[in-house]
Amino acid sequence: MNYTRRDALVIGAGAAVAVAMPFRAFAERHADAISAFTGGADVAQTGVELTAPEIAENGNTVPISVAADGASEIIIFAVGNPVPEVIKFTFGPRSGASSAATRCRLAGTQDLIAVAKMADGSFAQATVNVKVTIGGCGG
Amino acid sequence: MISRRDFLQTSMATTAIYGAAGFGSFSKLAAQQLITQDDLLDFDTFGNVTLMHVTDIHGQLKPIYFREPSVNLGVGDALGQVPHITGADFRRLYDIEDGSPSAYALTYDDFTSLAQEYGKVGGLDRVATVIKSIRAARPDALLLDGGDTWHGSYTNLKTEGQDMVNVMNALKPDAMTFHWEFTLGSDRVREIVQDLPFAALGQNIFDQEWDEPTEDFESYKFFESGGVKVAVIGQAFPYMPIANPGWMFPEYSFGIRDTRMQEMVDEVRAKGAELVVCLSHNGFDVDKKMAGRVTGIDVILAGHTHDALPEPVLVGETIIIASGSNGKFVSRVDLDIRDGKMMGFRHKLIPIFSDVIEPDADVAALIDLQRKPFESELSEVIGQTDSLLYRRGNFAGSWDDLICDALIDQRDADIAMSPGVRWGPSILPGQDITREDIYNVTSMSYGAAYRTEMTGEFIKIILEDVGDNLFNVDPYKQQGGDMVRVGGLAFTIDINKPQGERFTDLTLTKTGELIDPAKTYVVAGWASVNEGTEGPQIWDVVENYIRKQGTVVVPPNDNIKIIGG
Repeated sequence: MNYTRRDALVIGAGAAVAVAMPFRAFAERHADAISAFTGGADVAQTGVELTAPEIAENGNTVPISVAADGASEIIIFAVGNPVPEVIKFTFGPRSGASSAATRCRLAGTQDLIAVAKMADGSFAQATVNVKVTIGGCGG
Repeated sequence: MISRRDFLQTSMATTAIYGAAGFGSFSKLAAQQLITQDDLLDFDTFGNVTLMHVTDIHGQLKPIYFREPSVNLGVGDALGQVPHITGADFRRLYDIEDGSPSAYALTYDDFTSLAQEYGKVGGLDRVATVIKSIRAARPDALLLDGGDTWHGSYTNLKTEGQDMVNVMNALKPDAMTFHWEFTLGSDRVREIVQDLPFAALGQNIFDQEWDEPTEDFESYKFFESGGVKVAVIGQAFPYMPIANPGWMFPEYSFGIRDTRMQEMVDEVRAKGAELVVCLSHNGFDVDKKMAGRVTGIDVILAGHTHDALPEPVLVGETIIIASGSNGKFVSRVDLDIRDGKMMGFRHKLIPIFSDVIEPDADVAALIDLQRKPFESELSEVIGQTDSLLYRRGNFAGSWDDLICDALIDQRDADIAMSPGVRWGPSILPGQDITREDIYNVTSMSYGAAYRTEMTGEFIKIILEDVGDNLFNVDPYKQQGGDMVRVGGLAFTIDINKPQGERFTDLTLTKTGELIDPAKTYVVAGWASVNEGTEGPQIWDVVENYIRKQGTVVVPPNDNIKIIGG
């Protein structure tokens, strides 16, 4: 399994996490990146399982995992990050399963999107929302 | 043929009638100025398995007063649903007469006079009597503790939870899950758990580094009860490192992890479980959502959000039981399990009226033993109150108003913040305030009262952040506490707006001026989750303030305007 290491695996970064704000300014960038990946093809909404915590325990290192049967490539975007591309996994014919896990840094509450390219050339995606919070008031 | 669903609904109706009969008879007895232990314990043993549930005791060994909330708002699917129904609406829903013992136990109105009539509630020696009586009827009844047990009092703080461990061990629970226990620090938790004579469960307690289930806690445990194979799956508080200081238990990760919950249910069913019970510290709305996503759980014993409901809530084929807090209730659930299926149930939320239920002598002696070394510190009278002091409510409570006043006065601040926790007993007007009373509403392992500067913009960010933890329409994004309490600050909240837009008209009460986002304010607060927070302990701040006042008076809080409630 190869993976392209971009801005992922930012483990233990020291800065305080910015609190939840909408990150609309970055919206176009991830949409462009998805279009570039899919070549504008239709993207199915089933077939990809993206797992992330509902609320991040630490926005600086959020565990995420993705699985898509029959995928040859999976790319993950954090749509609210200044650089939305998180990671791209490439699965060869000898990969046991098209699944992978990593950790990423999230600049605030936002959607994560995983887009999978299937062996037959079709695409599928899944979206999950991860909340990043100051916390501190559990009853 | 009658389906299982029909059975459940029939049972539900039966329970409702039973519940109404049980609670209704209290009100009749109230007219006679009489409740008896037999009435409280009366239960027609049913089926073949009995569960007993206690949760969120928060260190309360002795009887206390505990006022339920007047404001407990639900949003989204929870709007107008239990537990987001209070006061007269709650009494109407469950056919509870005004002024009855049930009204006193389950609702807030007229609290002071009803408290004088019906007395204190709770006390683990009384709880012991109830448990013994149920065990007499059903010797292999299972006692399950939902957690928030080893926290919340002077003796608990001084003994790092040992007082509660000693007394709970005498009650012989079968399993337990966790929340505030972790604020003792993970070393101390492991030290206690190592010697615990019952199961310490949490399917969602993970190793932080490897993101896999920790070996320190089991996910589930099997019991043989009434000839039935019972699996109890633990679910610890999902948001430990967010709501409480993660640096105190850095080895662990939590989360709801309902996919794994489903795996555990499937695993225990495959191993032959005929009854699957989830002992949960999720909070009620999270449990409701989880019950709709995980199939195969028969009973969820709910904790964390401190709700007390006289009837189970049915989601699909799962019943959810809410057993209150602070030792005020014990839930008894009798189940008829046949051929691996729940065919029916009978339920009773037993209020622990301390003056009615005879204390168990052995447990009473054991409680006294825990308290003896600290008796003079505990009983020292610090002041008196002319106001009812209580905590529960989504936005404010008089105890927190008092704590915020103390912070502003003692720490010379413009604004005070007090965490929206739901534990802490009430004090009646005219009562003495002892040191024990102050610790009951403040004690914790991170009680430093900080004093810091915050911009107006940051103050709003905090309010919006905490507000979203309470009023996000997705229960999985809620942490189960109440709104951070504020002193010196007024605001309007629209609970149905999105994060960032809920809070408006932030006003500094001492000047009447709107909060300026660019301006800096002095803020005092306590219970910061940040490591290295400095300041005097909050209980000392509050004690000094009450001493100075002599008799405290807390005026009604009119600083908060609620839209959408």
